[in-house]
Amino acid sequence: MKTNVAVVKNLDVSIGKIVDETWEEPEGPTPFPSMTDLRDWDFKLLNKYKPFYLPFCDVCCLCTFGKCDLSGDKRGACGLNMAAQQSRIVLLSCSIGAATHTAHARHLVHHLIEKYGEDAPLDQGGLNIDIEAPVTRLVCGIRPKTLGDLEDAIDWAEQEVTHCLSATHTGQEGSNIDFESKAFHAGMADQVGMEIADIAQISVYNFPKADPEAPLIELGYGIADLKKPTILVIGHNVPSSVGIIDYLNKKKLLNEVEVVGICCTAIDITRYSTAAKIVGPISWQLRYIRSGLADLIVVDEQCIRADTLEEAQKVHTPVIASSPKNCLGLKNSTDKPSNELVSSMVDGKVPGVLILDPDKVGEVAVETVMKVAPKRNKFKVIPEKEEIIEAGKACTGCNECMRACPNNQPIPEAMKAAAKGDLNPLAAILEECVGCARCDSACPNDFALHSFMVKAGEKDCWDEKFKMRAGRGAIQDVEIREVGGPIVLGEIPGVVAIVGCANYPDGNAAVAEIAEEFAKRRFIVALSGCAAMSAAMVKDEEGKTLYEKYPGGFEAGGILNVGSCVSNPHIAGAAIKIASIFAKRNLRANYEEIADYIHNRVGAVGLAWGAMSQKASSIASGFWRLGVPVIVGPHGSKYRRMLLGRADKKEDWYVYDARTGDKVYVGPTPEHLFATAETKEEAIVMIAKLCMRPNDTTKGRSMKLTHYIDLHKRYYGVMPDDIHLFIRNKMDIPLTMKPEILKILEEKGWKETKIPDPTLLKRMIRKKVE
Amino acid sequence: MSAKVTPWQTAEIAGPQKALVIMKPEVVVAMIKRAKRPILVVGHLVTKNDTENKNSLDYVIRLNKATGIPVVATAHTARELVKQGFQPAASMSAMDIGNRLKDASWNGLDGKGPYDLALFMGLPYYMEFVILSGLKHFSTNLKTISLNRYYNPHASWSFPNLKVEAWNQSFETIINKLGGK
Repeated sequence: MKTNVAVVKNLDVSIGKIVDETWEEPEGPTPFPSMTDLRDWDFKLLNKYKPFYLPFCDVCCLCTFGKCDLSGDKRGACGLNMAAQQSRIVLLSCSIGAATHTAHARHLVHHLIEKYGEDAPLDQGGLNIDIEAPVTRLVCGIRPKTLGDLEDAIDWAEQEVTHCLSATHTGQEGSNIDFESKAFHAGMADQVGMEIADIAQISVYNFPKADPEAPLIELGYGIADLKKPTILVIGHNVPSSVGIIDYLNKKKLLNEVEVVGICCTAIDITRYSTAAKIVGPISWQLRYIRSGLADLIVVDEQCIRADTLEEAQKVHTPVIASSPKNCLGLKNSTDKPSNELVSSMVDGKVPGVLILDPDKVGEVAVETVMKVAPKRNKFKVIPEKEEIIEAGKACTGCNECMRACPNNQPIPEAMKAAAKGDLNPLAAILEECVGCARCDSACPNDFALHSFMVKAGEKDCWDEKFKMRAGRGAIQDVEIREVGGPIVLGEIPGVVAIVGCANYPDGNAAVAEIAEEFAKRRFIVALSGCAAMSAAMVKDEEGKTLYEKYPGGFEAGGILNVGSCVSNPHIAGAAIKIASIFAKRNLRANYEEIADYIHNRVGAVGLAWGAMSQKASSIASGFWRLGVPVIVGPHGSKYRRMLLGRADKKEDWYVYDARTGDKVYVGPTPEHLFATAETKEEAIVMIAKLCMRPNDTTKGRSMKLTHYIDLHKRYYGVMPDDIHLFIRNKMDIPLTMKPEILKILEEKGWKETKIPDPTLLKRMIRKKVE
Repeated sequence: MSAKVTPWQTAEIAGPQKALVIMKPEVVVAMIKRAKRPILVVGHLVTKNDTENKNSLDYVIRLNKATGIPVVATAHTARELVKQGFQPAASMSAMDIGNRLKDASWNGLDGKGPYDLALFMGLPYYMEFVILSGLKHFSTNLKTISLNRYYNPHASWSFPNLKVEAWNQSFETIINKLGGK
């Protein structure tokens, strides 16, 4: 280099990431991948699992050229057709979800670095965890050791999510398949964002560290001691709740104040302190607030009702907003003296305050609740029975409530019964209610119908007390060592990941039943988020919940709660670690090979049962790119696109045999990448079926078929009509069903096929094709 | 179409192309008679023994007997049909059958060619809504009829929002006019 000042020779300038020289594992082909680096892999998956688009409506209304009618073969003013528009909506949804988790991670890590320093070490489980951030290793090609190291990965995720979002702009991407590929990319970035958030909080807050025996904590509507002042925390990002517990500890008030939570922040605060309790999932918000049980509400971010402040005001409960993403129109009072904020809320001068300092939230929340609680005296807006009877008499039966209800609940009939003094039908609806209160909004008489239901069902609510295992965090390497082989060979029939919310009529019971069905069958059942709560909300005859009956290890027959929404990557991470620990594959920036491995070998299936947000779509998308199928419940059909295989198209189900380079037919394994189950029964059968993989040994396939056939017969009443597609040779046939199945095979003209060393990647063929 | 016919779930607005309203059951009769390759997709709600659905299973079986129209049972619906001594032509997920019906090159369950009319009943309203939308936009050869008692605007034809009695009466008329008992 020659400048006016000097001539410099042999100067190496490196711009970008610092390379980890101590890591012996070679770097794979896609460190910090761009939006197109894994496009070929996506296209392989999308060729097998072609999108089936399900538009909400005929138009696009995203820009001022429109609205554009896209029905038939019409194109919008920008040139986009309906398929591209629907995939664009999918990408938008995945980008929103990924942005939310990544921004969650950014705020959390920023706060933790400020408080604990960037050199604070990451620790997921001491000596039990060597591969401490499998998703980040795989995607970014780094192995973070300190809080500060996480920032490179967050930077990458933020950059990629921004690129993905930008592709949805008018006049950008025009191909539906490329939109789909970008949605996969957003999902992969989402996995990184979530993993970072969880490993940061596990390390610094000392949450359970890969602990199969994480403590049992209390959950349920009736768990709070109502004699005590009660703080209700709602949301997902836990620092402000940690601030509350820390302040209570500091003031030795932990036994004087109840801290209860709803949604994932509740899960995470119980990972921090067993003194905290969980009220329930997302759909419990309104019923708890209107019942007046919370003397103070602290909201952070995500999945919080937008009308929380208005609802809280009705019961004279002050609200503290603690996240820049959810300020609720409140004045930013972060810099005001704490005592001033306390008195302004206690005196009712303000309905709430915005405090963007988690420790200060703790102090103000505790001091306020101690003074507010005696004044409020658990004031509630749940009506008395007489008021409901009068409303029942005045109800015109216009059906607007039922037509607004996402689940078509028979509210008008229940109001008719209420007019006669019978509140049981309203109580029955509460059992199935998802707590959205669209019925309230739709009622032309402005009846608070959701509150009527809460009154009708309140006795049952108070009995809701359950035990749930606190979120355990990552899966230990030693656990993977023990189950990796049996999973890949098919001898542990599958890993069922039940995630998201179970917001659906009888959703809690459904999730618990599904979890137990597969645990009894020696599958591994991993749960997270509100689904983990739902699984706890059912007791057996002895009064025990699933978490009290089944081991919390990543083992055959285990039912484990990994934690909150951001803990989902521990489930993906387990699959990734199988490839590393069991199969000795390199993880570092080696996404395509590992996804190929998982898709063909690891019988994992995701299930998200209820109606959900954009975050659920990005979580699902992260699994799709790994080749892991995801099933959604009936409301999941509204994600507007399924990724469905066609079992009847033989040409779609060929893989390479890595040993020979031959193309081998392996049947529809797994048949779908994203599918809706209409009923719980269908979900159960579909899970069993989607656990089959090309690599299954004959013993493994035989076991998987046994479960599939048994469940199909139980729920459908007949033998499945597609078993011939899953039998490669006669050794695959379950022994006890052999005569029956041989007859079917003969009728179908079945022929034996090879069991390959399966891969979709030509480069993985060890013997070159001539 | 009457201006008062609105989607049962009030927010499920379809857009410019809305289903024609079946004001008389004879319309369904004519559509079925005219169709060369009709198919009936039946969801799990037909197995519910509530006020609304208690006759649905019976209607499915009688409709099949009257016309020979093949029945695809979605989810676990087949179990109840088999219990009634009725063997559906196929049991597959609602999305699977929707995805196949979308494909003009699919030769049907019997391999004899694509269907030209798909009738739907017994699926959750919103699930049927999006599947009908998928077919409206991406199938090239298919007409659809929603036989549920709620107006579902993405179908080619749909009943309006009917009271249970009127809906039951419509089914009786359809089956009788098609020569069924």
